Amino acid sequence: MSTFVLLTITGLGLGAMYFLVASGLSLIYGLMGVLNFAHGAFLTVGAYATWFTESKLGGISSVTLRFLLASLVGLAVGALFAALVELVLIRPLYLRHIEQVLVTVGLSLAMVALVQGIWGNDARLYAVPNWFRETTHVGGATIPNDRWLDIGAAVLVLAGLKAFLRYTRYGLVIRAGVENRAMVTALGIDVRKAFTLVFAIGGLAAALAGILSGVYFTEVDPGRGTSLLIFAFIVVVIGGLGSLTGSAVASVVVGLSQQYVNYYSSGVGDLSVVLLLALVLLARPATLAGRTA
Amino acid sequence: MKRALRIAGPVALVVLLAFVPKFGFGLGKALPGGFSSPGTLQLLAVCLIFAGVALSYDLLFGFTGLLSFGHALYFATGLYVADVAITKWHWSFFEACLITAGVGLVLPAIVGWISLRTSGIAFAMVTLAFAQAGAILVQKNPHSWTGGDDGLGYDYTHVPAAFVGVVNTKNLYWLALGYAVVVFAAVAWAVRSSPGHVWQAIRENERRVEVLGLRTRRYKLLAFVLGSFLATGGGVVYLLCVNGANPSVTTPDFTLTLLVMVVLGGSGTLWGPVLGGALYWYANQRLLAVGGSHAIQSLPGVLRTPLSQPLFVLGTLFILAVFFLPGGIVGIGARGNAGRRGLRRLEAALRGTGDAA
Repeated sequence: MSTFVLLTITGLGLGAMYFLVASGLSLIYGLMGVLNFAHGAFLTVGAYATWFTESKLGGISSVTLRFLLASLVGLAVGALFAALVELVLIRPLYLRHIEQVLVTVGLSLAMVALVQGIWGNDARLYAVPNWFRETTHVGGATIPNDRWLDIGAAVLVLAGLKAFLRYTRYGLVIRAGVENRAMVTALGIDVRKAFTLVFAIGGLAAALAGILSGVYFTEVDPGRGTSLLIFAFIVVVIGGLGSLTGSAVASVVVGLSQQYVNYYSSGVGDLSVVLLLALVLLARPATLAGRTA
Repeated sequence: MKRALRIAGPVALVVLLAFVPKFGFGLGKALPGGFSSPGTLQLLAVCLIFAGVALSYDLLFGFTGLLSFGHALYFATGLYVADVAITKWHWSFFEACLITAGVGLVLPAIVGWISLRTSGIAFAMVTLAFAQAGAILVQKNPHSWTGGDDGLGYDYTHVPAAFVGVVNTKNLYWLALGYAVVVFAAVAWAVRSSPGHVWQAIRENERRVEVLGLRTRRYKLLAFVLGSFLATGGGVVYLLCVNGANPSVTTPDFTLTLLVMVVLGGSGTLWGPVLGGALYWYANQRLLAVGGSHAIQSLPGVLRTPLSQPLFVLGTLFILAVFFLPGGIVGIGARGNAGRRGLRRLEAALRGTGDAA
């Protein structure tokens, strides 16, 4: 029983990270029709910015404060970098979807290489507040505390994004843009501002996923972005392109099934996720073309 | 007469390339060691293999409009199935080739059948997921077959003696040249055949083809299986040229590399991917060598770090090419809009039929 609880909480924590990456991907695709391959680069940039800032903040003795400050810097860098990518690389190729995808592909290759060039191929250790490394007892299971952080962050982001989309003017523009971009433009609303905003939000969420993955794996390496991105792609496809709630449900399913299968049949959890994707595609291919926000 | 002329150019090029191992001279700093040295011949052989593999990818991407992110899977299938059969199961080279060909046909048929239920971007993501499954499988090293991260050397006693050893590098070069020629001929013939015309029609407007009463999914599956099978063949030749299997070609990055080769050369053409594949690999290898050279190492850190990473240089070049040279290298000479056509015409194909926007 205790193993089951541990697996469940860990699976949810993993799913939380997938969701943070997938939410940005899904929103960007829903609004702009861009498959953003550079999303993994946003994650890597955010995670490395946090690690780098923390290593430079030796003057502050409190680890918690250092980690919080560094995380804020990492989040800001991730969001800024994403917004910059949209403005400089994506915007000039407006409506040329295939070229936009190719540019993000080039960017993801170049950024990973750049990070490797600057900080090397080896993983970098994350210094985090002790509380994250301690454990809590739930239902007889010993749960590392950072799992709660992952789940909490994902729930907050989901609730925040939902509220933002529902109750703010920009959220309204984004929802309308996902529904029918041409009509929104025809009504005289500059939908391009929403594009930059969505990229910044996506970059922020990806950077958050990067920081949390740094805490979860206790280190960060240049390939982290790409490996999480692939699972986020699977989540987005299972959940339905452009659907936030779909991504949330799918990330929970993917995270949990990965953990369960990994435990009960020696380490084929990653493969089972691909199998799950194949089954979903065979069962209901029609929903995958859907574009709902 | 026209047909004769069209064939004469490629034939002359192949004859010229076939005599390369007999050339005693080199190209100075661009190709140190002279053409006939084993190091150069091996580099050129791998260039030719990637020319062929890039062209097999262009069959999907440039000619049919299928944006697959999983082409590495089939190249890796050729590499690993042949290697495991020879080295771990101790099969003869001929038997290994047979099983590899079998897997190289059945695997893309199954994966294609499932992933072609989606189109456009979803298809890209799904093929990526399947390729990732292959990469994980190699990583997990089941029954110690694949060697995991370390890769898998091959048992040369089971390979024809003509393809073993440094002295025989020229034979490997000719084998790679033969592979490139076979892929070129197969793709050139396929895109001019009757299904080939349907592929290009699907790329232009899939719905219109459906309205004509053709089942587009069958045609797309045919292109998928043919392109993948040709890539599998490339994997086998690559195994012989680099003496073993290496997990780096199973990663999604390798598929992205193929995409870069095709787009840099010029998608939707025959010569573009061939040029792109060969030049990319050559540039990648030379940049590695140049990056470690004194000229680069003595630069200040801000310049040195990015320039010593070939993938950074090539990724940046690729982005610039997408902006300023969408027709690729072969599009440079074309006038006006013709040169920009390469990527533009893939637009409709990528959006897929399920997407009304």
